[in-house]
Amino acid sequence: MPEPSESTGATAASALSAAPGSASARGPLGETLLEMRDLQKHFPLTQGVLFKRTIGHVRAVDGVNMTLRRGETVGLVGESGCGKSTVSKLLVALEKPTGGSILYKGKDLASMSGRALKQYRREVQIIFQDPYSSLNPRMTVGDIVAEGWSVHADIAPRKDRLKRTQELLDRVGLNPDYVNRYPHQFSGGQRQRIGIARALALQPEIIVCDEPVSALDVSVQAQVVNLLEDLQDDFGLSYLFIAHDLSVVRHISDRVAVMYLGSIVEEGTDEQVYTTPSHPYTQALLSSVPLHEPHLRGQKDRILLQGDVPSPADPPSGCRFRTRCWKAQDICATEAPALVDRGQGHPAACHFAEARAVVPVDVD
Amino acid sequence: MTQFQTEPSPRVAAAGAPLLEVDDLHVEFQQRSGVVHAVNGISYSLAAGETLAILGESGSGKSVSAQAIMGILDVPPAVVTGAIRFEGRDMLTMSEEDQRQIRGPGISMIFQDALSSLNPVYSVGWQIGEMFRVHQGVSRKDAKAKAIELMDRVRIPAAAKRVDDYPHQFSGGMRQRVMIAMAIALDPRILIADEPTTALDVTVQAQVMDLLKDLQRETGMGLILITHDLGVVNEVADEVAVMYAGRIVERGTVDDVFTDAGHPYTEGLMNSVPQVESKGGRLQPIAGQPPNLAAIPSGCPFHPRCARRRLGAEAAPGQECSVDVPPLRLIAPGREAACHYSEEVLGARAV
Repeated sequence: MPEPSESTGATAASALSAAPGSASARGPLGETLLEMRDLQKHFPLTQGVLFKRTIGHVRAVDGVNMTLRRGETVGLVGESGCGKSTVSKLLVALEKPTGGSILYKGKDLASMSGRALKQYRREVQIIFQDPYSSLNPRMTVGDIVAEGWSVHADIAPRKDRLKRTQELLDRVGLNPDYVNRYPHQFSGGQRQRIGIARALALQPEIIVCDEPVSALDVSVQAQVVNLLEDLQDDFGLSYLFIAHDLSVVRHISDRVAVMYLGSIVEEGTDEQVYTTPSHPYTQALLSSVPLHEPHLRGQKDRILLQGDVPSPADPPSGCRFRTRCWKAQDICATEAPALVDRGQGHPAACHFAEARAVVPVDVD
Repeated sequence: MTQFQTEPSPRVAAAGAPLLEVDDLHVEFQQRSGVVHAVNGISYSLAAGETLAILGESGSGKSVSAQAIMGILDVPPAVVTGAIRFEGRDMLTMSEEDQRQIRGPGISMIFQDALSSLNPVYSVGWQIGEMFRVHQGVSRKDAKAKAIELMDRVRIPAAAKRVDDYPHQFSGGMRQRVMIAMAIALDPRILIADEPTTALDVTVQAQVMDLLKDLQRETGMGLILITHDLGVVNEVADEVAVMYAGRIVERGTVDDVFTDAGHPYTEGLMNSVPQVESKGGRLQPIAGQPPNLAAIPSGCPFHPRCARRRLGAEAAPGQECSVDVPPLRLIAPGREAACHYSEEVLGARAV
């Protein structure tokens, strides 16, 4: 199979950007597109077979506040079980929040129905982590990419659909002649490109990228990251980039939010979070990332966390992180710290927030 | 220092002699659709107390070569040729019973996916104790006591209480510790860790890698670390062998290889990975996909993806990348690379 080219057909790019919804036809860069206010999602824990009783709740997402502006990439990092994928499901309206709200262009998602909801679902698309299980093996690539148009028929007139599909495949670096192939004929990186083309087909404003490169080999990961960056520039897309790989998140994000046990513990520009992390959890997380440069080995501030993440069904009182924190004092058990700036230039949810450089700066 | 050998030569058993020598190892799988060449002639050696990282992407043959060393490949369909010498004795020609004597006390292995490597219907204590019951014939009671001791050693909290728990009751990091406990139970001379932390979160990864290094310091075992993570290699290993399409394409000390790559594939890997210590500019990916092992490209297997390849008139005689297979050769003191034009790659990273 010929390799996907990094370059883009000029014809395809012009045809796509002329479509309604291109960057120029949209609002100004930097305006607030999406806002999460105290977003919560609790899943009930039940017991019993015939008579189900609710015996508790898993607080998967518990009070998340975040803003996404047009044209920017917000990275959401955290370890497994911290609730980051639940956030992505809430955003694409696959799950209904238990509390709080999602405001899209100033309107509450919960109040949307009918046409407004349909429009929202078109404008907020998602790319999944696993390019193997997220594509229907019985559909051709062309059908997968074009499927959204059967619901949102106004975007692509029926007779143009094949041409549009081929343009999209070309834009994501796949051979346009592959429209009739099936997903199993593609490698992991190529499948992820198919997923990206499928999301692009509906001319979204926002793409929620849920671990889009985690399943890929490192050499292929870079191809997909570059593609996402190019598409953002061309179409003025906004990304919520969810990942556990701190290096990739730093590379791609304008702003970064760190999540622990259902809530955000620190937020700031990539520079602020990575060079002056102020929440102990962020510091521990950054200090765990292995460095690639031999001359920086051993210069890192080593913080080894003890124990495991507590269960989200029974989170600690007060600060969620206090059970593993070396700074914890009495106040941490009684009062949950707010996510505010305590003099570090960016907000951190810690009573004793203090900037600490953990990752050595590469000077050469 | 790990000593690599290019030529198979008889070695004198002396202090510092390698524990393990892999010599021109080939692994093929016979399939209906053809022969899959998973490992194509790799050689390396490992001495006590050393850490050798084998770095490669999926399909590079790094795991299959380790499975061949452990003797856990199904033969057939696998065909293993070459020599794997443990303390001078070739494991490929010895009897199954002799091999079994080496597995455990000689060489042991931990795997990426601890949940599927553990038996869900036996308690972890029983599974750890099995090593002692089977290999040393100790009683159940003593085996359990030893299991608790081991769980303490791999820092599983409240070991005495948790010894009767089942694998699903442990977190991912704790399960990997159980695997490590089983692997070190018989004080192996060599531990092969196949992507031991890939399924784990970074904070847990740091804990597990620390534990492995501590255990190595305590016991002086040799460690073969198989991974695709450049950062883990840099922080843990002394020596690194980079694999591509079943071959070792570059090897040397981690400091040398990571500071200044000598093979275009290694160079490409370094350039394509973002780093946590800086935002960095645009990534420079390696074009294309890793090759299909049933149809490895002619000449240098990396040449279709290589930005430095030389074809036709550009190439020096006998060094055309699409025709001539580059041998693994000495490119600098203590370093080898399998590229006709390594000298051009060396020094290229100083940007």
